[in-house]
Amino acid sequence: MSGGASASGPALPRGLSASPANRGSSALTPYLAVFAGRLEVTLQYRAAAFAGFITQCWFGVIRILIFAAFYAGGAAHAPMSLANAVTYTWLGQAFLAFLPWNADPDVAEMVRSGAIAYERLRPVDTYAWWFMRALAWSVARVLPRAALMTLFAAVLLPLVGLGKWGLPPPVSLAAAGWFAASALAMVLLSAAFTLVINIVMAATLTDRGPNTLMAPLVNLLSGAVVPLAFFPDVARPWLRAQPFAGLVDIPFSIYFGGISGWGAAGGVALQLGWTVALVLFGRAWLERVMRRLVVQGG
Amino acid sequence: MPQILVEELSKTYRIAEREPGAMGAVKGLVARRWRTIEALSDVSFQLEQGELVGLIGPNGAGKSTTIKILSGILEPTAGRCEVDGLTPWRQRVRHVARIGVVFGQRSQLWWDLPVIDGFDLLRDIYRVPQADYAATRDELVALLRLGRLLRQPVRQLSLGQRMRCEIAAALLHRPALLFLDEPTIGLDAPSKLAVREFVGRLNREHGVTVILTTHDMHDIEALAERVIVIGGGQIMADGSFDRLRSGVLAERRLFVDFEAEAPTLDWPDVRVIARDGSRLELAFDPARTPAPALIARIVAAHAVDDIHVEEPLIEEVIARFYEQHGAGEA
Repeated sequence: MSGGASASGPALPRGLSASPANRGSSALTPYLAVFAGRLEVTLQYRAAAFAGFITQCWFGVIRILIFAAFYAGGAAHAPMSLANAVTYTWLGQAFLAFLPWNADPDVAEMVRSGAIAYERLRPVDTYAWWFMRALAWSVARVLPRAALMTLFAAVLLPLVGLGKWGLPPPVSLAAAGWFAASALAMVLLSAAFTLVINIVMAATLTDRGPNTLMAPLVNLLSGAVVPLAFFPDVARPWLRAQPFAGLVDIPFSIYFGGISGWGAAGGVALQLGWTVALVLFGRAWLERVMRRLVVQGG
Repeated sequence: MPQILVEELSKTYRIAEREPGAMGAVKGLVARRWRTIEALSDVSFQLEQGELVGLIGPNGAGKSTTIKILSGILEPTAGRCEVDGLTPWRQRVRHVARIGVVFGQRSQLWWDLPVIDGFDLLRDIYRVPQADYAATRDELVALLRLGRLLRQPVRQLSLGQRMRCEIAAALLHRPALLFLDEPTIGLDAPSKLAVREFVGRLNREHGVTVILTTHDMHDIEALAERVIVIGGGQIMADGSFDRLRSGVLAERRLFVDFEAEAPTLDWPDVRVIARDGSRLELAFDPARTPAPALIARIVAAHAVDDIHVEEPLIEEVIARFYEQHGAGEA
């Protein structure tokens, strides 16, 4: 570190200046910096994380009770076992914040206030810039919630003798590996969806429309409310192929072995394929929207 | 080769209009009526490296549109614009890396982060090498007196403190061209003076080209040697402020305090503007009646306590100019 930096160096508590992104200066530096900054800021909201965890535990328990009642009513032909439905539910609760229901609130605020003009004054690719923002935002919200949820469902519940209702480990080592890949693809896919919402918002100058449209689509088509396995046979191949499936159904089914081997590989490929398609489409669309953008006043 | 070249720049917007009331809203769903607004038409000017130019005009005149096109945010409908040989909206990323922009009404600093973290983030965004960054930052911190503010989150700063930080933030990558869009709006008098002094020094000592828009004519008087007046999307005047003043309002003011009740002056070359007890405010044209001659005439006829001459207020000059050119706010 050079002498000039010491003025700010040692006394700085933590955060940006300590991140490895700042050492050298590469083409990636701005994007890593915004990721680190957003992650840091969002992680500060500990109360929100804890409240989210409590809420998600509560809804997890309710959903498991509903599944239990459904299976107790005689579900001989159910497409997945009760144990798998429980696993699916806990994973869903742990990763809930990855569901792209809303536009990025920071970008929404910029659209409202007109500060979006500053986004175009940065020597960065606006799409990649927003993508990293969205990524940091979702990751920072999921990390604490998922950690607490794992502690609760995978450690605490078995300890108190409710292991049957808890979250078991992945069904096999291979499943664990594929799940890791699929979860990573899920995170990227989620950010790509968030960007689509951002772009619609930037084009219409309000986040109300896209948020209202997106939430039910995501809930239904991802399998977040009802696992896609429970849908009618004719619809299932189509449902599994559409992009929303990669947000919930594909990674979670890989976890408990509902999809395995080549099926798992195909699932991850599908997730990545949709991500690339959404990114290419979103980036071209964003540039178009930005060219027509009208920044009012000031 | 000028640093900034603007030729016949035009920008039109289409906005949806709606008749008032519920019926209007329903009609709007079926058939929208569009109105075309000409924000800029045929604007041309040139700027040399190191100039400090004030861009003034009433609200909605096209000042901000001009700045947004020059800074690469907006694409014009027609015309040509080059800044250091780059077309801002086509070569946006390369262009914006070399300019600094401050919008007085918006913030570019991260609301939740301490100022210094926001600065660090800007260093990474502009890929400024650490040594250069530290030197520039320390210099700006000293000049703008930011030392005590650096650790505070941006949301806790007063407007004046925030504006000083915003200006520093726009300069961390040492741009050769700085756009200031109403940088003194809402500031108290000491903060305004601090901003003016700093901008002046930046321009004089570092040769940074500055384009300044403002409604505060004292900003213009203190800083700008050249003024471009925009009204109704067109350039209405371009030149030094003194020339603008003498062209618009040659009149001067004479304030006279008489020893007794102010007399009635009935001279054809002098206009009485105000009368208050023993004080008179007179308007005269110095080309027709030189100030010494007028003063001599008054002193010869009446007992006078005090007397002084003033130029008309800059606000008055500009208001009169807008009036003459029909450039009031639409």
